[in-house]
Amino acid sequence: MSPVVKRKGERFTLPGKYLLFILTAVCIILMLLSFGTNVFEKPLNTALGYVVIPFQTGISKAGEWMANRSEELVQIKELLNENENLKAQVAALTEENTLLQQDKYELNQLRALVELDERYGEYKKTGARIIARDSGNWYSSFDIDKGSNDGIAEDMNVIAGGGLVGRVTAVGPNWARVTAIISDNSNVSAQTLVSGDNLIVSGDLKMMADGVIVFSKLVDSKDVVVEGDKIVTSDISDKYLPNILIGYIHTINRDNNNLTKSGLITPAVDFEHLSEVLVITDLKQVTEKETEDDE
Amino acid sequence: MLRKITVVCLILICFLLESSVFGHFAMAGIVPKLMIILTSSFGFMRGEEEGMMIGFLCGLISDVFFGDVLGFYALIYTYIGYTNGKFSRIFYPEDIKLPIALIIVSDLSCGVVCYILLFLLRGKFDFLYYFRGVILPEALYTIIVTVFLYPAILKINQLLEKREKGSVQKFV
Repeated sequence: MSPVVKRKGERFTLPGKYLLFILTAVCIILMLLSFGTNVFEKPLNTALGYVVIPFQTGISKAGEWMANRSEELVQIKELLNENENLKAQVAALTEENTLLQQDKYELNQLRALVELDERYGEYKKTGARIIARDSGNWYSSFDIDKGSNDGIAEDMNVIAGGGLVGRVTAVGPNWARVTAIISDNSNVSAQTLVSGDNLIVSGDLKMMADGVIVFSKLVDSKDVVVEGDKIVTSDISDKYLPNILIGYIHTINRDNNNLTKSGLITPAVDFEHLSEVLVITDLKQVTEKETEDDE
Repeated sequence: MLRKITVVCLILICFLLESSVFGHFAMAGIVPKLMIILTSSFGFMRGEEEGMMIGFLCGLISDVFFGDVLGFYALIYTYIGYTNGKFSRIFYPEDIKLPIALIIVSDLSCGVVCYILLFLLRGKFDFLYYFRGVILPEALYTIIVTVFLYPAILKINQLLEKREKGSVQKFV
């Protein structure tokens, strides 16, 4: 007798293990397909985006409001003090700013002279709010409330507070997923600002408990890189725009092979308290062939 | 029909809570897994089929929003639902020990499987660190939430069952 039994007057049912088998097959097919193509990703992203995102936007706004109120009460005194200090700082900075603007004017003049374009001057940016965080506890990614309707596309870089946060890895019509550079599956090609030496910055779940991420493969033959040096994204990365600040070197060690160095970096961004980010809507210009890997 | 709508609503609510609300209350960066509580409790309350289907949907929704690969969590959650469904034969609504034990075991095994597939295969061998840092806190936090969430799920299921029984009797 066939295992799929249908008796008269009884509803059609499938035995559990067959259903399990079917679902397993569906999952495996989905996995295989999502490695190669994104046939399913688009409709699912769209459909679920319209169902879930409005709620998430509301909830996260409410949550943020509550968190802000409770913090406000605690911090009023602190803030008054800080305000005083900041006012003094503003005065100093304004003065510095005028000086810098003069310098910039001069720089532009000189650049025009040597016919150099302003390479990294201004990227086009758009602000977005974080509405959900990965609940998986393993990798760190989050959703923002802007998607393809607002001109967001995959691989766009995301920054906050002057530092690199990550890049967009999935897009729906009204949301996008950002994979952070501290995520354990993220690698960024970077360089030191001082010497221009290349290195790889990798997220690490283990190190993130101490607020640092790992770097490796730094070729520093002249021993000029020291702790505290700035690390920025490199020119040769095909996903990340050049010269975005990643962080500062925390510790540096020579590898066993005596050729390269590795160590820890303190990220420039405070990933714990991130609520708004800026998405750079300029994409890195790549040659046709380079479509494979991160870094 | 009513059951399907309720279950879909429950899945959405759990997903929203997990990703948006508990993010603000994360202890040491760890978020409790409401979806495991949901999958596993419907598994042992209602049997393999329903556990499996709910697990699949829960997994799929987290895959779409946060997964690298579509179907990864869906597969894990499907198996969690199925395995928990095996225990529906010895489940009594009055007993709280079995549900708690099952949810702990489900969460721990989900953690271990995730570790093996996401970390061990990439050469990160320090199992003890990840166990103490992620898997164990997650399970503990999940259990604390279970104490509040599970009675609600049980109540909803009982109401649904009562209604279903009532409508069947009407036809007889």
